[in-house]
Amino acid sequence: MPVKVQELDTKLKDKIMKEPGGEFLSRCFACGTCSASCPVREIDERFNPRKIIRMALLGMKEEVLKSDFIWLCTACYMCQERCPQDVVVTELMNAIKNVAVKEGYVHPSYLAQYEALINYTRLYEIGEFENKKREKMGLPPLEPVRKEEFVKIIEDKLKGLLKGER
Amino acid sequence: MRYGLFLGCTVPVRAQNYELSGRKVAERLGIELVDIPEFRCCGYPLKAVDSFTQLLLSSYNLAIAEHKGIDKITTFCNACSVTMIEANEEIKHNDEIRKKVNEELKKQHLSYNGNITVKHFARVLYEDYGIEKIKEKIVKELKGFRFASHYGCHFIRPSKVYSEFDDPQFPVSLDRLVQLTGAESIDYPEKQLCCGGGILGIKEDTALALSNKKLSYLKERNIDGLISICPFCSVMYESNQKKIEKTFNKEYNIPVVYYTQILGLALGFSPDEIGLKMNRIKPERLLTSI
Repeated sequence: MPVKVQELDTKLKDKIMKEPGGEFLSRCFACGTCSASCPVREIDERFNPRKIIRMALLGMKEEVLKSDFIWLCTACYMCQERCPQDVVVTELMNAIKNVAVKEGYVHPSYLAQYEALINYTRLYEIGEFENKKREKMGLPPLEPVRKEEFVKIIEDKLKGLLKGER
Repeated sequence: MRYGLFLGCTVPVRAQNYELSGRKVAERLGIELVDIPEFRCCGYPLKAVDSFTQLLLSSYNLAIAEHKGIDKITTFCNACSVTMIEANEEIKHNDEIRKKVNEELKKQHLSYNGNITVKHFARVLYEDYGIEKIKEKIVKELKGFRFASHYGCHFIRPSKVYSEFDDPQFPVSLDRLVQLTGAESIDYPEKQLCCGGGILGIKEDTALALSNKKLSYLKERNIDGLISICPFCSVMYESNQKKIEKTFNKEYNIPVVYYTQILGLALGFSPDEIGLKMNRIKPERLLTSI
């Protein structure tokens, strides 16, 4: 990937380092232990933690935040356990995703989950059908959706995300 | 022993055999599980987009439990465990975050003061109840059965919240839990490999390729089942096994069984009582020889 110096955003690094988990980005000395430990990288070369970290440090904002590959981390934490510089790589990947969302890029698969969270306060609906099935198995019924005020705060945040307000 | 039961989203809808066997095991061992109807999603799906909103949802659950006088929470799901544990640690040790979270909780007349511990149910069995005490209750040893233990990532990692529990790369707890039933827990390559569940909705073929890798290591190892302690790992290895076989032109037919199911059998429950008939890939030997 070519690096266009005139298009680099030197503030990207600061934005990431302000997010929880992003604080230690600049500690990376590019040894590649993260990439060598990454099970996703072994299957899909586009997901390369060392490269993503380098791109972030350089300020390749569009390439990092708009890319599909930042969403490919499974959060297995193997890179984080092995990083000799304590970059807390898994949390850093999360911080990068949080910045991407703030800048207006969110992976569509998350939006579907939020619709479910808004509707059911859980990822799956628990209604009469589910409770009948549970009863047959001897499991206690679960309360269907009950939208307390506090969950509404989260609902509002999610609706904001769905609408693109960040 | 009394724990608030955090079921999460997936277990009560997609893994009733896990829930059923977990409850039975707890009852037989004398571990009281308290149902808390107000519990919501743990917050895990929110972490990637806005970690503070995730923290709010996690702490909402913690606050509800604390308000009810619960001091320990147990979960059946690895993702629920790690999310609630991380949130709990953050609130306990970060004054600024605790203040921010409580400002929001106050609007619902709630507060969270950090008086709760969160543990996965398998860890409760291993640490709080103890291997030796469980062994005393075993009535039917699973001698001759061979299993492959699958820990799943969030049961033992990140070590910054699990350091007092088990090794993040070479864990032993689940193997020991399997062994106490009298069964064998085999060694196999990349025991720590991720199931891929975290990206199933993002890029299905990559996620399935990850699961395929572990299943391929277990092929021809003559095991009676892959032992899971996480509903989402089971979704990957069990619910998606047919799809994986088709995609990669393989044949596995490897049963995936929850740990609480094999422990339940060893504690004397029948296969029906622990929901073994609900397992999609029939663990034939477990069903016929017990």
